[in-house]
Amino acid sequence: MLELTRVTAGYDPRDPVVREASLSIAPGESVGLLGPSGCGKSTLARVAALLHRPYAGAVVLDGEPVRGWRHAAPRERRTAVGVVFQQPRLAADPRLTLRELIAQPLRATGRRAEVPDRVAALAPAVGLTAELLGRRPHEVSDGQLQRACLARALVLRPRWLICDEMTAMLDASTTAALVEVVESYRRDSGAGLLAVGHDRVLLERWCDRTVGWRTVCGAGGTAQESMSPTP
Amino acid sequence: MSTAPGPKAPMSPASDSDTKPPEGSGPGPKPPVLSVRGLSVRFRMRGGRHIAAVSDAHFDLAAGECLALVGESGCGKSVLASALLGLLPGNARTSGSALLGDGTELLTADERTLARTVRGRRIGLVPQSPAAHLTPVRTVRAQLEETLRELTGTRGSAVRPAAERAAARASFPAGHLDRYPHELSGGLAQRAATALALIGDAPLLLADEPTTGLDRDLVERTVDELRRHTDGDRALLLITHDLAAAERIADRVAVMYAGRIVELADAERFFGQPGPRHPYAHGLLDALPERAFVPIPGMPPELGALPEGCAFAARCGRADDRCAVLPPFDGRLACHHEVRADGEEPVRA
Repeated sequence: MLELTRVTAGYDPRDPVVREASLSIAPGESVGLLGPSGCGKSTLARVAALLHRPYAGAVVLDGEPVRGWRHAAPRERRTAVGVVFQQPRLAADPRLTLRELIAQPLRATGRRAEVPDRVAALAPAVGLTAELLGRRPHEVSDGQLQRACLARALVLRPRWLICDEMTAMLDASTTAALVEVVESYRRDSGAGLLAVGHDRVLLERWCDRTVGWRTVCGAGGTAQESMSPTP
Repeated sequence: MSTAPGPKAPMSPASDSDTKPPEGSGPGPKPPVLSVRGLSVRFRMRGGRHIAAVSDAHFDLAAGECLALVGESGCGKSVLASALLGLLPGNARTSGSALLGDGTELLTADERTLARTVRGRRIGLVPQSPAAHLTPVRTVRAQLEETLRELTGTRGSAVRPAAERAAARASFPAGHLDRYPHELSGGLAQRAATALALIGDAPLLLADEPTTGLDRDLVERTVDELRRHTDGDRALLLITHDLAAAERIADRVAVMYAGRIVELADAERFFGQPGPRHPYAHGLLDALPERAFVPIPGMPPELGALPEGCAFAARCGRADDRCAVLPPFDGRLACHHEVRADGEEPVRA
């Protein structure tokens, strides 16, 4: 289970973006989190991905409470969660080729030996050719870069996958292709999914169940609607 | 690359009097607001390589009409928009013609003409990323007032109320006028950019992916506002990969693939019955989550290494020998195999 209980988080303790949000995902389940822009859903996704320490509340990952976030999280916990962000350009080191980008999590965790096999298996799965793997981010389109970012999220075989507006920048065909890659990985691995987005039609088609932001935040809700700056 | 000032760049207010009198304003049908014929853009790259970003684009845009240009990212849509505004980098070569309703040839106009009489005055640009388009160190009010002074010659105490009227036209709330761009949500920044684009009262509005990253409600509000401004004499060219946004407001749809317009159709026919004619357009619609949600196999070809014949053949279920020859665009379709409503190919004589 991935359970978030009464999580309060944000970037200013006096004015948190997320208040008392609760959400739980069963193993192998896919949950869509639906909310307008600027509501705080990306912040909650970062908490779930162990990338942002909440001010209050509890996160339980696979039965164990999470005590450390970011670098303070033990490696086996950090690598249990794969993340795909909205803007591939901001999430990719411009100096790395796509091949290096996909292999980076393996290098960072001392599993360099697995690089050739994993990259060779993942590249065709996400639709990247050998020629594209040799290019750097500025030489590929947003859709091609997001394919590489998805491969990077899958390279360590995470038990949980968090897709934060993964397809917001992409056209319909690339969106359908990336969703198919995620779903085929989940069929093989049984991984759970939290897909965050604002496209109701897409999330309802993609996920087992879709929850609205208001439901997640309970009665506490959120004061910040679309008037707040997008984080 | 020469410094290419955007729509907000300083321009001499005296140039207002430079605008040519409209040609063809006599009796007879009104000329289109924009008429594009055989527009091609090539980028010259290192090692003598060429990238064919736009090839042989043909379309007309009438007053009061909204044309949506749709296609995957990297298919050349934005390059086409940049070509119309003269904002291409120095290694680009254009050919063909793009005539404004008053007879201005956009592709051969010099920078001075473009900066002083076209950008902001005859073509209003609603940019892809308003947060990047707005000047970060100045308030929305300051930017509206500057644009008003430059484009309309408004002076003195008249500027402030005019800026508030300009903001109101794009439904930008007056209470937020003294905010800086980073204090605005994506939707409000988009309205500020729209307000700036509308100030010059340009007959052609060019919206380049105006809804990227906005949520569905904001997308609908943004495109509805753009549509609202496309009344009477104004035309809108909406460049987008968001088919739902295109369906909502477009009168006609142009589908672009690998730098070419492969289909040009009435929006009602395209999104409803009998549906699109080109297999690529068919695949694009089928990829929508409200439809089959099935991706088109493969990826678009590199614009630097386009195949000899039809660029879509490698991904097309109908490809056969005929596809080795580039299908000509007949004004509505560029394909050897027309998709009919029942999915069958029409029998050719």
